[in-house]
Amino acid sequence: MSPNPEKKLEKTLVDINYLLKEAPREKHFITGAQAMAEAVKRASVDMAIAYPITPQSEVMHLVGDIYAQGHIKEYYRAEEELGTMSAIAGAARAGVRLFTATSGPGLLRGLEAIVSWPGHRVPAVLGILTRVINAPLSIQPDNIEMAYMMHCGAVMLHAENQQDTFDFTLAAFAIAEKVDVYIPVAVATEGFFVTHAKGYVDMTPEDMALTEFDPVAAPVPAMDNETPPARIQRDAPVQKSNFMSYLIHAVWQQEIWDSNKRAMKYIYEYLGGPIEVKNPESEVFLIASGCAAAQAREAWRYAQEAGLSVGLIKVRAIRPFPIDEIRDTVKNAKSIIVPEHNIIGWLCKEVKAAIPNGGIVTEGPRVYGGMTLPVELIMKEIHNSLGLEYDLKL
Amino acid sequence: MSLKYITPAERFKKYLPKDYVELVDYGPFGKTQEEAGPGNMGQFKELVEEHPMCSGCWMAYYIRLIFASLPNPEDTVTLGTAGCGRLAISQAAVPFIYGNYGDQNAMASGLTRAFRLRFPDKTKDVITIAGDGGTMDIGFSMTMHSWIRGEKFTTIMLDNEVYGNTGGQSSGMSPQGAVLKMAPKGKDFGKMPATELARAAGCVYTVRMSPTNIKKAAKIIRRAIFVAREVGPTFIHAYTSCNIEYSIPTHEVFADAKAQEKDRFTFEEYMTDEAKEVIERVEAEEKAARMARKAQKTEAVN
Ligand code: SF4
Repeated sequence: MSPNPEKKLEKTLVDINYLLKEAPREKHFITGAQAMAEAVKRASVDMAIAYPITPQSEVMHLVGDIYAQGHIKEYYRAEEELGTMSAIAGAARAGVRLFTATSGPGLLRGLEAIVSWPGHRVPAVLGILTRVINAPLSIQPDNIEMAYMMHCGAVMLHAENQQDTFDFTLAAFAIAEKVDVYIPVAVATEGFFVTHAKGYVDMTPEDMALTEFDPVAAPVPAMDNETPPARIQRDAPVQKSNFMSYLIHAVWQQEIWDSNKRAMKYIYEYLGGPIEVKNPESEVFLIASGCAAAQAREAWRYAQEAGLSVGLIKVRAIRPFPIDEIRDTVKNAKSIIVPEHNIIGWLCKEVKAAIPNGGIVTEGPRVYGGMTLPVELIMKEIHNSLGLEYDLKL
Repeated sequence: MSLKYITPAERFKKYLPKDYVELVDYGPFGKTQEEAGPGNMGQFKELVEEHPMCSGCWMAYYIRLIFASLPNPEDTVTLGTAGCGRLAISQAAVPFIYGNYGDQNAMASGLTRAFRLRFPDKTKDVITIAGDGGTMDIGFSMTMHSWIRGEKFTTIMLDNEVYGNTGGQSSGMSPQGAVLKMAPKGKDFGKMPATELARAAGCVYTVRMSPTNIKKAAKIIRRAIFVAREVGPTFIHAYTSCNIEYSIPTHEVFADAKAQEKDRFTFEEYMTDEAKEVIERVEAEEKAARMARKAQKTEAVN
């Protein structure tokens, strides 16, 4: 099939509320990479820019295929990640809907441009298919890179499985483009564990897509020399004088983080909230995101079977971080366990900082370098917290 | 839209800064090169007027020239990166995008393609204007790949042969032997062959020049833009001395540019056959339009 950007498929365009909540769905058994690409297919994306890195490549290959089928108007393979992320920033100024994805080292390589997106009001969606960084080199899943993304102002969602990957990616476009948000949304999920594994995904019809991007409905007009009044120098660097520079920069950054906070209401609207809670009255809580949430869910199920008082909080939104929601849910808890797929425990730090009694948080269990997280490790921590013996057999 | 996006409603005019209103009334928007081109600089409201660059900076002069030469300023977007040049470029009355270090050509790739998606029937000129460091050092890969991909925009390199803004470090374009910061014993390799690289990478029109002749410089800038619209990437490598770091007294800046023109910056112009066709066609059309206007004027006088 030859790429044909001119080709326009017949699609019914619907708004995100209908697409996410009411549209008919059909069950498919697909990989996480397919789930992300299928969401992109339904998002009326104008342009996608790709650069390969394992385990992301699968996603951008599939996005390339859907471009060839005519679902996307423009697609190319850029020179490397900085070039990719910069091109996204350039294309965003022209007022189009954009998607790209990367993994671990690629994210770091593109980070200089990515961290400028929120300040430049780039409403693009970035897939992060997590992978080990640091040395020695490895291609395994590990989500430490998300720690580097947490401080740039972008909205960040963390998908547990293939279904989340589909829903979060679709919702991400709508959230990014809200006039009161208008900053990038990153959708992260674990490389391989989710991207290369199949799961059931309830998907909306292929011929139904999100309403098209409207560059006029933006807090900053596109730099297309079309829309009065003229915006001649929005993107000039701020260095005229030190006083003006710090003032403008500070105000600008505050606005970005406020935009990030304002995304929360849309996370409620489209994803049912930033957290999912099971057994809110429990003494012991498991708090986890992404793939670790799947394993925490399994441990929680074992605990239910054993009649233990254990609750589960799955964190969907890493930015804005659901501080109030978590604090409120665990106000009577005696201990909190935070299983993670990285060595530094960024989620644990966030949870500790969110609650007044951070001392009740158990750090870990953590696996990193791509190891899977045995549910037994979580069970052991649950038993420890409850003062019970546990015979750990791995 | 174009011109309309800068034109205020008549009733609103009195509330706008005078500078803005003058730009709309007396600026080069919608005017011909005879009316508001480099030949008449100083006689119309220019797109770059004030800038914080050093007195006598040859780069500032050339930037002023670029803006006066634009064939379509009301539909042009410029992109740049860190360096002295962007201090002036960012104060021009043409949209300017400042991304990250050296990524102007990557951003321009995305921008140009997205413009073509949104405005398939309109001409939107995209021009990157960056220094030798931004174009050939830190941005090298992004510059080269934009050319290799055949992206349709113009790259202008302001070659002052040094990192002026960060305080005088040697760049890939500094001449061999130059004693500069970070090359305390003299730079030990020669200038990167920028125009050769550009041609090898697929630029369809390249020029190396020392812009001492205003008319010629304007013609080159316009040629590069016209060709980029239709054929492919174009590149201008212009010598724009840094009189501070190279200690060129202000009153000798022009003489230095003249001297370089005879030496390392002899005029060199390359174009593919396809580019040539565009140039000949556009220049013939311009000439015909000029003659028609002249004839009209004569008729009006008689
Ligand atoms: S430092 Fe050099 S290049 Fe920079 S503004 Fe001054 S003279 Fe021009």
